[in-house]
Amino acid sequence: VRITVRWFAQLREQRGCSEEPLDVPAGSTVETVLATLALPAGLRVAVAVNAQLVERGAALREGDELAVLPPIGGG
Amino acid sequence: MRRLSPAPIDVASVRARVDSPAHGAILVFEGVARASSGDPARSSPVTGLAYEAWDEVAERELAAVERETEARWPGVRVAIVHRTGDVPIGDAAVVIAVGAPHRDAAYLASRHAIDTLKERVPIWKKETSLDGTSWIGNRP
Repeated sequence: VRITVRWFAQLREQRGCSEEPLDVPAGSTVETVLATLALPAGLRVAVAVNAQLVERGAALREGDELAVLPPIGGG
Repeated sequence: MRRLSPAPIDVASVRARVDSPAHGAILVFEGVARASSGDPARSSPVTGLAYEAWDEVAERELAAVERETEARWPGVRVAIVHRTGDVPIGDAAVVIAVGAPHRDAAYLASRHAIDTLKERVPIWKKETSLDGTSWIGNRP
């Protein structure tokens, strides 16, 4: 199953790109994929699938866009 | 209408979006780029700020904050514009204009709009100082 991962802010800088394709096993959830992404220890992230915030148990399907959101700082 | 602005925000045009003969109060809030850091570990002055937005979602959420604030205080009109990219110290990072029949609702709605924006609109802030750069998250 191929998804797209989107990165923002410090994660975008660390990864050196704002999005990248990722092949994940069928039946993957947000949680199982996050565990493989080697996020910086202690960084609290929110996640969105197809531009909607989701819980960690959400299933991922072919073509989904998984956005990994570090703490926001607008305003 | 765009609610993200890579150019300096035109405050008068944000205010104009809430102008109405029904309003007895117009309140314009400017959140301004500040030289003291939001990161307690940093002591040297901030020399510049940069904001990065998830454009399409931030636009959608800014519009939702306007709509939800208007729904909560009947008769209120809200307009929000947030700057993106490099923001010099002293420039407005965000402008929120509220028009209301009376001042009480204007103050409450303005506060609600900025607090909600800080909670959920996907915009990130990077500070630059002599210590280097750091991304600053809003505290819950």
